[in-house]
Amino acid sequence: MKAVIWQGTNKIGVETVPDPTLLLPTDAIVKISSTAICGSDLHLLDGRIPSMEKGDILGHEFMGEVVEVGRDVKKLKVGDRVVVPFNLACGVCDPCKRGFFSACDNSNPNHRMAEALYGGVSGGGLFGYSHIYGGYAGGQAQYVRVPFADVGPFKIESDLRDEQVLFLTDIFPTGYQAAEQCGIMAGRDVVAVFGAGPVGQFAARSAQMLGAAQVIVIDRVPERLQMAEAAGAMTINYEKEDVLTALREATGGRGPDHVIDAVGMEAHGHGPGALLDEVQVKARISFDRITALRWAIMSCAKGGTVSMPGVYGGLIDKLPMGAAFAKGLIFRMGQTHTHRYLGPLLSRIEAGEIDPSFVITHRATLDQAPELYKTFRDKHDGCIKVVLNPWG
Amino acid sequence: MDNPNGATSSMGHSTTGARLQTTERLLLASLGLGLMALGTRGGNVRRLAFGGAGALAAVLAARGSNPVATAMKIQTDSSGETRVSDGVTIGKPAAELYAVWRKLENLPNLMRHLQEVKVLDDKRSHWTVKGPLGEVSWDAELTADEPGKRIAWQSVKGASIENGGEVLFRPAPGARGTEIVVRLHYRAPLGSTGAVVARALGEEPSQQLRDDLMRFKREQELGFHPTTEGQTSGRAAKQESQQKDRPQSQPGGSAAAQGGTR
Repeated sequence: MKAVIWQGTNKIGVETVPDPTLLLPTDAIVKISSTAICGSDLHLLDGRIPSMEKGDILGHEFMGEVVEVGRDVKKLKVGDRVVVPFNLACGVCDPCKRGFFSACDNSNPNHRMAEALYGGVSGGGLFGYSHIYGGYAGGQAQYVRVPFADVGPFKIESDLRDEQVLFLTDIFPTGYQAAEQCGIMAGRDVVAVFGAGPVGQFAARSAQMLGAAQVIVIDRVPERLQMAEAAGAMTINYEKEDVLTALREATGGRGPDHVIDAVGMEAHGHGPGALLDEVQVKARISFDRITALRWAIMSCAKGGTVSMPGVYGGLIDKLPMGAAFAKGLIFRMGQTHTHRYLGPLLSRIEAGEIDPSFVITHRATLDQAPELYKTFRDKHDGCIKVVLNPWG
Repeated sequence: MDNPNGATSSMGHSTTGARLQTTERLLLASLGLGLMALGTRGGNVRRLAFGGAGALAAVLAARGSNPVATAMKIQTDSSGETRVSDGVTIGKPAAELYAVWRKLENLPNLMRHLQEVKVLDDKRSHWTVKGPLGEVSWDAELTADEPGKRIAWQSVKGASIENGGEVLFRPAPGARGTEIVVRLHYRAPLGSTGAVVARALGEEPSQQLRDDLMRFKREQELGFHPTTEGQTSGRAAKQESQQKDRPQSQPGGSAAAQGGTR
């Protein structure tokens, strides 16, 4: 089969590899009908996520048809049409039972790598996302092996198009969880979203669905800001205005009640803090450039929430903790508990509350993936979200 | 004071790093003095190098802590035993988990560095371990057996590597199952230096214990071990072009397992 392969930093290729096989009786094989490139794949492209190995198959947003099931798989059968969460969860450990699926105790076979980095505990495995997260082959391919087949894959029984349900695998639940964990008071709260990439777009629309009185989106890319405006959000271009001043003005000096940092570790920005980050990252004593997080904390209203769907990797310093303390902020963060949201969000799609396909700007074949990774990274050609057809 | 959670080591020793043993300290002290003596002669650079190294060795000998071993997170107690401990929470009742451990002949399945445990009688058993320098075996004796709560053992006198350990089973707060805590102790040949050498040879008891506990948890909670071994990748493609007969997938089998296209 054809698959998108990580060949080294800034080297992505399409290769012919053997078809996946069942490795455990709880596995299924899915023939992929649609797959996407995620913003977090760009951290892999530029080599910022450690423990990638040459030859790894990329991709964690995919859906398709079940073509084979292991003998212990009970809920899925051949022919089922499924979306597959980007994270793997066992469904039986304590974190899974409490709904913290991304913190699954049991799904990462390389737990010792993550434990060494992250304080003696490992999160669950991820598809196509480095060996710290299990080293599972990803879904930018024609077929994929899906472990824990009775836990992750979610059946789509309506006739919704792939493009309407594909993003249930990651960016829609990720944006939704970011908004949900703000605890928005409907009709009252103002929510600011830093970063208008795909997750930021879904966070903004989710905040609206949850009743935010106003949503303000901050970015620098005109196409992204336009997409947010189309949904009725107010926008700020941080390259043209001072963000903190603009947010104070927009909120009558209070600041947004909740702030979502949909940027994470590779924030652009300016000022002394951004310069310090840049120097530390270049010197390899830090992974994270945190301008967006600093702005989030500095702008947030008293008693507000800083919700962080954006990914951070390591140790952070020069974080305005005094401001966070003075304002009594709540911090919510972490990998998405995707499994929790599949059913409820599918219902919202079916009810016509949202059509997630709004975010797609580029459609291509698998063979064009290497080129589109770069188009997406460089934000050329108005690129916001890429969907690939493995059979085109 | 009785601690219901057993948070204090029941073995009664604190471990805050690796201590040098008396022989190690004596050797280090005489090395330091020797270097300092060499440093009284020759040019300034030589004086500074030998004098400095000698003084450092002497200070280390006097302080008694082994900085290399401590940096490697090796823990020893005041009697010179190396200590390793870890814990895991498993969603099953203590009695059930205890029963698995109590069958000592099962232990090599749980603790992978164990080669074999032969039960000799009610109390005694014969243990074989594959160490960094070959096979080692000894007789051990149960020193405590509290069903559903605790199992402890100790090597009998004359063992080549003096060692012992205990496993605690205690209910986790809430409906989370059982906390299992394993504490192992052994007298590494050559004291803390020996522990450093063993670690350098690839034996990492604390990592082994962690892996063992996670394997046990997964066996108990899932009934299988998640794996990516044998999955397809860009590496597999290259291997396959070199070897024609690709092994079939184990369970189920499939057309794809023979490397066919769908």
